[in-house]
Amino acid sequence: MSQKSQKEAMEEALKQFEQFVESIKQATGLPIVPDQKTGAALWVDQRELRLKYTISVERIKPFYDGLMDGKLMATKCSKCGTVYFPPQSYCPTCRKSEMQWIELSREGELLTFTVINIKPASFAHYDDYIVGIARLKEGINVTAWVREKDPTKLKVGMKVRIEVVKRQPEGYLTYEIVPVSE
Amino acid sequence: MVRNVAIVGVGQSKFGVRHDVSFPELAWESVSQALDDAGLEQKDIEYFIVSNAGGWSSEPLPAVVVGEYCGLTPKGTARVEAACASGSSAIKLAHDIIASGQADIVLALGIEKMNESPTPTVVEFIGRAGNYFWEFQNFGLTFPGYYALYATAYMHKYGATEEDLCRVAVKNHYYGSYNPKAQFPKKITLEECMKSRYVAWPLKLLDSSPITDGSAAAILASEDVARKLTDTPVWIRAIGHASDTSNLSKRDNFLSLRAAVEAAHMAYKKAGVDPSNPAKYFDVAEVHDCFTIAEILAYEDLGFAKRGEGVNLIREEQTYVGGPIQVNLSGGLKAKGHPIAATGVGMAVELTRQLRQEVEKERQAVIDRGWALSHNIGGTGHYAYVNIYSLDKPRG
Repeated sequence: MSQKSQKEAMEEALKQFEQFVESIKQATGLPIVPDQKTGAALWVDQRELRLKYTISVERIKPFYDGLMDGKLMATKCSKCGTVYFPPQSYCPTCRKSEMQWIELSREGELLTFTVINIKPASFAHYDDYIVGIARLKEGINVTAWVREKDPTKLKVGMKVRIEVVKRQPEGYLTYEIVPVSE
Repeated sequence: MVRNVAIVGVGQSKFGVRHDVSFPELAWESVSQALDDAGLEQKDIEYFIVSNAGGWSSEPLPAVVVGEYCGLTPKGTARVEAACASGSSAIKLAHDIIASGQADIVLALGIEKMNESPTPTVVEFIGRAGNYFWEFQNFGLTFPGYYALYATAYMHKYGATEEDLCRVAVKNHYYGSYNPKAQFPKKITLEECMKSRYVAWPLKLLDSSPITDGSAAAILASEDVARKLTDTPVWIRAIGHASDTSNLSKRDNFLSLRAAVEAAHMAYKKAGVDPSNPAKYFDVAEVHDCFTIAEILAYEDLGFAKRGEGVNLIREEQTYVGGPIQVNLSGGLKAKGHPIAATGVGMAVELTRQLRQEVEKERQAVIDRGWALSHNIGGTGHYAYVNIYSLDKPRG
């Protein structure tokens, strides 16, 4: 990718804006700047909040153990047989919680896909990525990135498989949809 | 005993990038209009509901901030959220409070000030609206991305094209150009839409509703009170509602929004509308065109067209003024703007004015039947509300 990444552009714009605010604040004693388009007076927040959550996966740990072995795990209620993916540790269908862990086939077909061209702030460091939904042989749908850069090479209904991969640059295990060449 | 409920006063701010006003000032623009329109004072309002999705804006307790500024304190209030259908959830609660006899006059205010945060942050917040942990955390979907999954599936199955999608944008910008309160009161051509850049292939910038600041307010009243306040109450004939899975992957197809189908079914049943030909009951509809594909899905989910034939309605211009069913004459979310939690109340405001025949003449629907419909979707079909409004009184 030759052009500036979305992250670089975003950070550059933010840095310029902050320098602008700082210069005005030093001159006037107030963080009030004119809107670039309309000139309307804007107070620039002097407080900043960063959000980073911790989310319990205690009851679905076997899913992550599965990823470490290259497997995609789901739960199945041993009473009513309902299969859950993403895995659930409680079965709302029969309201019992006798779940067993099963391995999914990782083979299926592509139901639909899109390219994320304009990315959220926390994904701005990636190149454009394709997200798809695959339906596995056992009828379970899986949303994931598709290992392909060009959407015209993909077709609704094409055969795909699921592979466990390490997401970079963060370096954590997740799963991906991989087109299967016939 | 369920009582009849009518809309007796409406107001809407100018939608757009509203750096010229603060959050409560933006609220006051629509609240003051609604009070004037109804001929009421703040003391007459018994309860007020504020719909606001928030996150991107600075006030975490929007209901009390707005209440204080607008002089509604100390009346009871709550903030409600149903994503992009928050406004319709506010209308439903206001309706139910009155219908059940707990109050006679309730105000529903929808407000969103999205431009208090930079665009990438707003894209992030909207992208997280689905299932944060299983969809967003690893796969970074965006709102256009979610709807693009539906667009890809629909185009593949029924042969619709990117040009077809752009035809929705052309129509809605055409009517938006006559709406002075629209964010984009200007026409666009098919070529301009087709040349706009992809935001989530196959959806382009001009297939998408914008990031919008705006507010809308509606005052609802019981039958006895409504009769005293106005000669043209707009009756809430039926409210249909439904929800769907937070994970898109849990849905069985990407050709229809199940929650919209369910909500329409419920509303039609309550209002006695024949679901095999609902279009013949309504003069005008406001549908949730957050992306162009969504308006085509709406035609089918509401039963205005058969499956796979929604695209024909736009190709044949059947949803323009004078057509069999006139849709989004406000400009829709596409051109009027989409201040998330204000949108549903904005639809009620627009349909009230359409039924009263007081909108700009170029975008005034022909009103024969005196019935109107709103279709307001939260998230990607996560929440759905279908409301039916009428000039004639429902019962009694």
